[in-house]
Amino acid sequence: MKRKFKLEDLDCANCAAKMEEAIKKIEGVNDASVSFLAQKMTIDAQDDKFDGIMEEVVKACAKVEPDCKILM
Amino acid sequence: MTKKQRKMLIRIIIAFILFMVLFVCGHTGRTERIENTWILFIIYFIPYVVIGYDIILKAARNIRHGQVFDENFLMMIATFGAFGVREYSEAVAVMLFYQVGELFQSYAVGKSRQSIADMMDICPEYANIERDGKLVQTDPDEVEVGSIIVIKPGERIPLDGVVIEGESLVDTAALTGESVPRKAAVGDQVISGCVNGSGVLKVQVLKEFEDSTVTKILELVENASSKKARAENFITRFAKYYTPVVTIGAVLLALVPPLIFGGGWGEWIQRACIFLVISCPCALVISVPLGFFGGIGAASKIGVLVKGSNYLEAVAQMRTIVFDKTGTLTKGEFKVQEILPQGIGGEELLELAALGELYSTHPIAGSVKEAYGREPDGKRVGQAEEIPGQGICVPVDGVEALIGNGKLMEARNIAYIPCKSPGTIVYVAREGKYLGALVISDSVKEGAAQAIQCMKQVGVKKCVMLTGDRTAAAEAVAAQTGVDEFHGELLPGDKVAKVEELLAAQGDKGKLAFAGDGINDAPVLTRADIGIAMGSMGSDAAIEAADVVLMDDDVGKIASLVKISRKTLRIVKQNIVFALGVKGLVLALGAFGMANMWEAVFADVGVSVIAILNAMRALKTKG
Repeated sequence: MKRKFKLEDLDCANCAAKMEEAIKKIEGVNDASVSFLAQKMTIDAQDDKFDGIMEEVVKACAKVEPDCKILM
Repeated sequence: MTKKQRKMLIRIIIAFILFMVLFVCGHTGRTERIENTWILFIIYFIPYVVIGYDIILKAARNIRHGQVFDENFLMMIATFGAFGVREYSEAVAVMLFYQVGELFQSYAVGKSRQSIADMMDICPEYANIERDGKLVQTDPDEVEVGSIIVIKPGERIPLDGVVIEGESLVDTAALTGESVPRKAAVGDQVISGCVNGSGVLKVQVLKEFEDSTVTKILELVENASSKKARAENFITRFAKYYTPVVTIGAVLLALVPPLIFGGGWGEWIQRACIFLVISCPCALVISVPLGFFGGIGAASKIGVLVKGSNYLEAVAQMRTIVFDKTGTLTKGEFKVQEILPQGIGGEELLELAALGELYSTHPIAGSVKEAYGREPDGKRVGQAEEIPGQGICVPVDGVEALIGNGKLMEARNIAYIPCKSPGTIVYVAREGKYLGALVISDSVKEGAAQAIQCMKQVGVKKCVMLTGDRTAAAEAVAAQTGVDEFHGELLPGDKVAKVEELLAAQGDKGKLAFAGDGINDAPVLTRADIGIAMGSMGSDAAIEAADVVLMDDDVGKIASLVKISRKTLRIVKQNIVFALGVKGLVLALGAFGMANMWEAVFADVGVSVIAILNAMRALKTKG
């Protein structure tokens, strides 16, 4: 399943690239993209584990860019 | 400005005032009296904390998370280095300059993001549904197919549908870039995302919001940034290596020369700090995608949707373009092109044909009646007899008239003159006497010839037309539009084969584009380097398979798109060369001790800001 999330306060383009990489490494994530320009994140992951995966995603993002909030 | 930016601005102003006070004191010799360097350090540390505390905090936090080489860390090291070598004023100034640059950068990015978002502001917020005689605003998402919605003057059309009541002019500019409003009357289809003019329209919904035009367009544009151009991928890869390499260079620069030549630690650490400040690839990481985003934005302003920056890159290298005929170069509507009377007036011939075809529902009959332009007088027409595959036999003013193809003429032994014009020929006879023929064919789009000329001007070497239509018809269209090459009587599979052939002939030097509209064009659209589909005439399958969609079916926009893509790529290249050039230069100067911290900060944020401003030019390109 593919889902889109809005991001707030994503301030640097380099961080967006790092977040994307970090999310892709999470187990169960098929694909992910973080768009600095659109301030959006698209995650394609397994349906049944989506909520658990999202928790991991939030953690991974907080590591890279603590100011950035994921709006769900 | 956002709240965050405003807060930053206030911090910058406070720090700047404090710094100026210290600067003036320093230059008038007042601080020289302070012997203790610790006191001096504390005095300078106050404005430093005001301006840079968040940088230090972020750096510390990121190190805890194992993210070492980030901007904040580098700025911290660089300014601490300056403090270490007792360049207090420089440490504060560099941090201040850096923050000003960051603020400006975030403002510029926000602005450009906003201008792109505004342009994409085509999403309708509500739909008016009549319930118990009252109009209720509902979410377009909840409106079902077949419901009747009311669109008031000035409102955005929320869903695709067909007009069942009312008449208005509809502004399609947001979708097609076309500034002349389109008329919408009963029976006409209207598409979501357009703005209604001065009339009230009652519309029956044909598609759910999820499948509506506006949702599809927004999806296409949003996904566009995920398909990256080669230049973007290059920057991403480059950024991965650039920062560590420069940082290692800085460490070597700080350690090796003093260890080998001895002494002078301060000097070399300062040089190393310059390296660190320049080590962020931000100017490139932001400005390159922003340039492409701007280019895609500029294209959608003229009604051309590009599904990814990689396609924009490909369009810039377009050398060959292949067109489908019907609906792409021609209008896809059949019209009376020629009237060839024989011993009778042209108008009289057309009138006779229109009267004869009065009750016929055949598409050809529709074209004849449309060409006649008036309502034929039904009282003059008697009982018609249709002859399948031949035409019609009908009494007009009490005299038998024959209207049909050559077979009908032969069957009735009429001495007719076979017509060789391309298209469908309708022969007309009365009382056994041949009166002439009407040639009905698809007409070439206005501006198609000019479009091909424009494409040649922008460097497209070869224009080819492929069609399933008869070769004679293809030849006529080819002559009118000025394409270099044409192939008629092709089956859908043949089209793919022809495109393969052209791809092979072209080699690696350029890109091949295919422009078409039909369902059966989908395989060719996929096979070509760039698939261009007609948005309003085109089938959903073609739009899905295409890489570029012309919202108003105007092939003339292709040349404009080529111009936009070239300009975008030029801007992207300028930014890459400029950013790398300045960074390289300052790195080299810094290594030899000829650059100071100011130049280093300029090479970092200054270059970013200039590159962002340059990237924004891509959005302003006019086709």
